[in-house]
Amino acid sequence: MNKFISTVATVIVALSGASALGAGGETKPLKHPHWHHEGIFGKYDQNQLQRGYQVYREVCAACHSMELVAFRHLGEKGGPYHLEKCPKDVGLPASTNCSDPVQNPIIKSLASDFQIEDGPDDGGDMFMRPGLPSDYLPSPYANKQQAQAANGGAYPPDMSLLAKARHHGPQYIYSLLTGYPDELPVALDVPAAQYYNPYYPGDTSSVIADAYLDEEGHILKDKIKQDVDPAYLTGKGYIYGGLFKMANPLSDGIVTYEDGSAETVEQYALDVTAFLTWASEPKMNQRKAMGHFVILYLLIFAGIVYASYKQIWRNVH
Amino acid sequence: MAHESTYIPGTAVERWIDRRMPIVRLAYDSFGDFPTPKNLNYWYTFGGILAICLMVQIVTGVVLAMHYVGDADKAFSSVEHIMRDVNYGWLLRYVHMNGASMFFLAVYLHIARGLYYGSYKEPREILWMLGVVIFLLMMATAFMGYVLPWGQMSFWGATVISGLITAVPVVGEPIHKLLLGGYTVGDPTLTRFFALHYLMPFLIAGLVILHIWALHVPGNNNPTGIEPQSKKDTVPFHPYYTVKDGFAIIVFLILFALFVFFMPNALGHPDNYIPADPLVTPAHIVPEWYFLPFYAMLRAITFDIGIPFTDIVLINSKLGGFLVMIGSILIWFVLPWLDRSKVKSMRYRPVLRLWFFILVADFIFLGWLGGQLAEQPYIFLSQMGTLYYFVFFLVILPVMSVMETPLEMPKSISEDVLKSKKKSASGETQVTGGVAPAPAE
Repeated sequence: MNKFISTVATVIVALSGASALGAGGETKPLKHPHWHHEGIFGKYDQNQLQRGYQVYREVCAACHSMELVAFRHLGEKGGPYHLEKCPKDVGLPASTNCSDPVQNPIIKSLASDFQIEDGPDDGGDMFMRPGLPSDYLPSPYANKQQAQAANGGAYPPDMSLLAKARHHGPQYIYSLLTGYPDELPVALDVPAAQYYNPYYPGDTSSVIADAYLDEEGHILKDKIKQDVDPAYLTGKGYIYGGLFKMANPLSDGIVTYEDGSAETVEQYALDVTAFLTWASEPKMNQRKAMGHFVILYLLIFAGIVYASYKQIWRNVH
Repeated sequence: MAHESTYIPGTAVERWIDRRMPIVRLAYDSFGDFPTPKNLNYWYTFGGILAICLMVQIVTGVVLAMHYVGDADKAFSSVEHIMRDVNYGWLLRYVHMNGASMFFLAVYLHIARGLYYGSYKEPREILWMLGVVIFLLMMATAFMGYVLPWGQMSFWGATVISGLITAVPVVGEPIHKLLLGGYTVGDPTLTRFFALHYLMPFLIAGLVILHIWALHVPGNNNPTGIEPQSKKDTVPFHPYYTVKDGFAIIVFLILFALFVFFMPNALGHPDNYIPADPLVTPAHIVPEWYFLPFYAMLRAITFDIGIPFTDIVLINSKLGGFLVMIGSILIWFVLPWLDRSKVKSMRYRPVLRLWFFILVADFIFLGWLGGQLAEQPYIFLSQMGTLYYFVFFLVILPVMSVMETPLEMPKSISEDVLKSKKKSASGETQVTGGVAPAPAE
């Protein structure tokens, strides 16, 4: 019986502790900025998606593929370059329907900037041709092995579904991009070609500098608490986050915006995250619009059927 | 059917059909004039809701199968093709995906209602057991369906769960190999799971017909657990229950639609948007939410069972977990014989009712534990939860069914209905289906 009580007591103590996770395996609580597309009435902000595509194209696409997205998708309803009507005075034939992504002049021009391998031709040879709206976004590497070889063994994940493939994807991506510290927290001994981020789900306990370990290799938590910026400390006195192979990709001014938006890491991160959210969920606008109609319809229907129910049952009992 | 047919063919065509195959008569007697206790509450609407769920899954599933490719190299991208390029493919896929969750939500409430009002008791044992078979088939169908998108959780969930079968002595290994079509989860697994996932809903539909047949011989149970004694106790199914079930179905569809249109991925796992990779194990493999209580029971068995004071192991922890997990459902088959009480409804069994509510809380708690990491204190808590689950069915229920003195019962359904009407008219709190009305604030 005593043993039982002590077990129960242990359990209660363990439960009341903030987390049962292993030492150092905690990430910093995510930032949650507001996006235009959030909430049940939120729609994608087309200008933001365009800026986001620009950031992806000029920065992310150097390493990350986006295999499930075709150029034509960019011109679909809700997409970054969808056009309701053709722009005037650019010399398009009157029969052009710009709301069709395949005829959309912006999409055609974006695609034709790339050379795509096609074929075989009649002679049996592969050939290069300018991209078409039906082509998928070209990948930076020929295959996974090449991508790994170029990135220190780590595979830069395909970005088509990234915003849905992580817990709280958009917040995570935004926090990670804006979370690289200006100065590494002291007490961390980061090996070359690895980068620390407090939002990356890893484990810092294996990269604590020797000065913060005792002779047996245990972490000197008190010393860490004393020296490390509290912004990087977990409730238990470990250091948030982990190391991975992606260097901070963004810096102020790295992408030039044409619409006058701020050219800051903060803004780039917001925009590219919005774009990645769109890429993983391109039909969100249509989905929510249909949802409003369906819910309204069902509510009215429910009211009518409830009234019928009351009417039919009025004389029972 | 149990009651005498009251169908009178009104037209020449109906008379012509009725002499050859009385299918209109069957429909009329089953869903038109069928005498139904007049005191059924909203807990009794889940049967109709489940029928709708099954139809929704079959209709969306058949259309999805027209676009899906059951091939390990193409399955993931074919699902994304449905999401991005098929007309309303996103709608079909999200309805089907959330439909599974809605199906299980409804079936758990349906089973809980059956337990609470004693719907498994004489003369409805076969009805109940058919329900258990349907539930088992639902679990198999949902498990195989979750593998089809071929994401990380599909692959690793399939690996973990199918691996349990190897715990069975002698036949375990060959069955495992047969099920997977190889030694590990791979392309042959995907193709056979796809075939079976398409087949099983039709088996379920067949069993549902038997389930309804077995329901319509003794007729519905009701919240008092007293069988109807006269015409005064019943109303015809149509329009009384078509309209009541109809209203409940629409309210349920509102909840369904909220998930589909505004939080379609809330019940899924983000890892399933990463293509399956046999070389990368996810940090935390969890099944879908509706399997979590059983998953917790599986993982609760961390110890071998053997002959005390020797090293002889009779049941290792893996087999033990497997047995406990399937036992937790198979035990439902003998429920009608574990409960010896003549009184059906827990309305009149206050002590057992209390234990039943603890069981419901325990089941939800186990569900929460199933989503936690397999470490202390969760293992210990899962063991306690599992223990209570089995103690309820094997000890509390049989013992209480003999020991407990039930409350005084009304003589008939009509008497009960009149009494509760009077009570609510005079402003007293009325004791209904176990859910006391919330006090006005």
